[in-house]
Amino acid sequence: MGAIVLRGGAPYGLDPHDIVIDDGVITAMMPSNQAGSNALDGEGVELELDASGCTVIPGLVDLHTHLREPGREDAETIATGSQAAAMGGFTCVHAMANTSPVADTAGVVEQVWRRGVEAGIVDVRPVGAVTVGLKGEQLAELGAMAASAASVRVFSDDGLCVHDPLLMRRALEYVKTFDGVVAQHAQDPRLTEAAQMNEGALSARLGLAGWPAVAEEAIIARDVLLAEHVGSRLHVCHVSTAGSVEVIRWAKARGIPVTAEVTPHHLLLTEELVESFDPIYKVNPPLRRAKDVHALREAVVEGTIDIIATDHAPHPREDKDCEWAAAAMGMVGLETALGITVEVFIESGLLTWRDIADRMSTIPARIGQVPDQGMPIAPGSAANITVWDPSAQGPLEVDALVGKSGNSPYLGQRMPGTIRHVLFRGRPTVVDGALA
Amino acid sequence: MQMLGKHLLSAGDLDRAQALMILDTTAELATVTERSVKKLPTLRGRTVVNLFFEDSTRTRLSFELAAKRLSADVITFSAKGSSVSKGESLKDTALTLEAMGADAVIVRHGASGAPYRLATAGWIDGSVINAGDGTHEHPTQALLDAYTLRSHICGGQGDLQGVHVVIVGDVLHSRVARSNVLLLHTLGAEVTLVAPPTLIPLGVESWPCSVSYHLDDALMQADAVMMLRVQAERMAGSYFPSTLEYSRLYGLDAPRLELLKDRAIVMHPGPMNRGLEISADVADSSRAVIVEQVANGVNVRMACLYLLLGGAGSQAGGD
Ligand SMILES: [Zn+2]
Repeated sequence: MGAIVLRGGAPYGLDPHDIVIDDGVITAMMPSNQAGSNALDGEGVELELDASGCTVIPGLVDLHTHLREPGREDAETIATGSQAAAMGGFTCVHAMANTSPVADTAGVVEQVWRRGVEAGIVDVRPVGAVTVGLKGEQLAELGAMAASAASVRVFSDDGLCVHDPLLMRRALEYVKTFDGVVAQHAQDPRLTEAAQMNEGALSARLGLAGWPAVAEEAIIARDVLLAEHVGSRLHVCHVSTAGSVEVIRWAKARGIPVTAEVTPHHLLLTEELVESFDPIYKVNPPLRRAKDVHALREAVVEGTIDIIATDHAPHPREDKDCEWAAAAMGMVGLETALGITVEVFIESGLLTWRDIADRMSTIPARIGQVPDQGMPIAPGSAANITVWDPSAQGPLEVDALVGKSGNSPYLGQRMPGTIRHVLFRGRPTVVDGALA
Repeated sequence: MQMLGKHLLSAGDLDRAQALMILDTTAELATVTERSVKKLPTLRGRTVVNLFFEDSTRTRLSFELAAKRLSADVITFSAKGSSVSKGESLKDTALTLEAMGADAVIVRHGASGAPYRLATAGWIDGSVINAGDGTHEHPTQALLDAYTLRSHICGGQGDLQGVHVVIVGDVLHSRVARSNVLLLHTLGAEVTLVAPPTLIPLGVESWPCSVSYHLDDALMQADAVMMLRVQAERMAGSYFPSTLEYSRLYGLDAPRLELLKDRAIVMHPGPMNRGLEISADVADSSRAVIVEQVANGVNVRMACLYLLLGGAGSQAGGD
C-alpha cells in the first residue's frame, strides 16, 4: 500500500496539518496551506483523507471492554465489538475475562487474541482472570497467560470482586514477575447482595435494594494499602463515588502506585434516571448522585482518576426488555465514549484535546503496556489515529451502534460530533464515518 | 370533576383532591353494595385482567370481586413461582393481554417497578393498576387504609388532617409502608415509623414522616397503629437477633395496647404473623379493624376501577 495523506486536520485541536502515513507509521507532518504542502501530492500517495475542520488525536485505547466472545456471541463477538470500537475511534481494546469459558488459561486468552487479529481492525488485548473461573478461590495461571502469544498484562475478575484479601495480596505480588497489573472491580459482595441501585433516598423510595458507596470505597481502601504493603501496581476499575476519589487521592499523595478509571456514563448520568425503572439505566456499579458525578469529573481533571474506560457491556434486547430486577447490568459504550467525553470535558473547557488524548489513549496504553498504541501524533509514531468531526452533531441514531447490541442510554440524545476517520496501524478502518 | 391519570402506580401519583375523590367514591359505592344491589353495570363490556406474578389470594380476590361488581369481564393470570424469575415473561404476558384487548391490567409482581414497565414500555395500551410491586408500593392498600382511618377517626368525611398514624415493623421491605407514608401525608396525617434501625431504609430522612426506634413512646401519641408483617426469615439476614427479641421490642401485645389512647385503632394489612408482630389477643380485640380493612378493600378497588376506566366519564354521558 502506498502513502496516505490525512489533510487539514488539527492535531490535538491546534493548527491544521497535513499528515503523511506510510507503512504504518507517521512519516511527515506539515502545516496545511503552507508552501510546499503540495509536495505531498503525487505518485506515491494512494489515498487522501479530508480532515479539514476536524481534530486529530492518537487512536483511543480502552482498558475495559466486554466483547462477550466466547460464550455470549448473541450479545457481541470479537468481530462486531472490534467494529464498534473502530467506529468509536478506538484502535485498541482490552477484552474482559468474564466470558464462557472464562479467560483464565493461556488457551482461552490466545483464542481471544487470535480472533482479534483475524478481525484486524483494532488491537484486541485479552485481560486474564485473576482467579480460576472468577470464583475467587485460587489464582489462575497468570504467568502462562502473560507468556502466551496474547502477552497478557492486565488481570481482572471484572464483574466480580477479588474480595478475599489474601488472594488479592498474592495476585498483586505475583504479577510483579512480568510487570502486570491487577484491575480490581471494587465491590464488597456481602454489602451488595441483590443490590439494584445506588443506596440512598432514591433507593429507599423506589424500594430497590441499595448498592452502598462504602461497598466500593472499603475495597479500594483495602487494596491501596495492600498495594503499598507489597509494592505492587493496582488499577481500580470504574470508580463511581466521591468517597472512592478521596481514597485514591490519598493513596496517590502517599506515593502508592495506583491508577484508576471512570466510565463515560458515570461522568454524565445520575441515579434519578432509575426512577423510570427502565433497565437501560441498570449498570454496575450503579449510577450515583450528582455530587459523585461532580467529584469524578474533578478527579479526571486533576489526574486522580487517570483514564476514561468504557466498560462496554453489550446485552441482547431480551436482557433489558423486562422488569428492573431481572435485567442484566451494563451499557454499550464504545461508539459513544468520545462523544460523551467531549460533551463533559471539551465543551465545558475543563480539559484540552491533549488531556483527552492522555486519558483515553496514552495512559491506558501505558497501564496495559500495549506496544505501538497511545503514541503522539508526530513523525515516527505508529499510525494509530482518530479524526473527530465536531461539525457532525446530532441525535444518536440506533444505526450508529454497529456492535451487536443496542443497549445505549444515549439513543436520541445529542452527540457533539462523530468520528470521521480512524487509522489502525496505518490502515483506514473508518472512512467518512463508515467502516472502511 | 378532577380525573385520575391513566394508571395507578404509586400513592404519590395522587394529589389531595384525587385521593379524596377515590375515598368519596368508595363511600358511595359502599352504600350501593350494602343494599341488595351488589352489581353495577358501569364496566359492562370492559375487560379487566388480574395479572399476579406473586401469590396473594386476598388481594387477587379483592380485585376480582371489585371488577365483577362493576360488571367487567375478569380474566385472572396467575404466573406462580419460578418461571417468572427471568423477566422475558412479563413482556410476553403483556403482549398476550394486549392481544386480548385488556382495558385494565391489575398487576402484582415481586420486582419493584414492574407495573411501571407495563405502563411505559409500550407493550400494552390499557390502564395499569399496581397491586403491589416488590418492596416498592401498594397504593390500593394505602387507599383502603386511609378509608378505614377516615371512617373510624374522621366520621367518614374529609381528609386525615391531624390524625397520627404509627406504622410499626419491617419498613425496609414494605410496599405497604411506602404507599401509606405518601398517601397519609397527602391527606394531612402525621406518620411515625417505628422499627429497629436495620429495618428502616437508609435515606428515610427524605420521607414526609418521623422515625422512632421506641414503640412505647410512639404508641402514646397514636390515633392508629398499623402493624406490618415481619418475616421470620429476616433473622437470617441479621436484621434482628431473634424473633423473641423482635416481638419483645416491637410486637403489639395486650400490655402495650393499654398505652394507646382510648379510641385508637389497630390495623394490619395481613397476612398476620400472630405472636410475632401482633399477639393473638390484640388481633382479636375490639380495637382491631383488620377484618374491616379487608371489606373496605373491595370498595376502594371498585372506586379505583370505576374512576380509572372512565366511570366518571360514562356518568357524564348519562349511562
Ligand atoms: Zn466491573
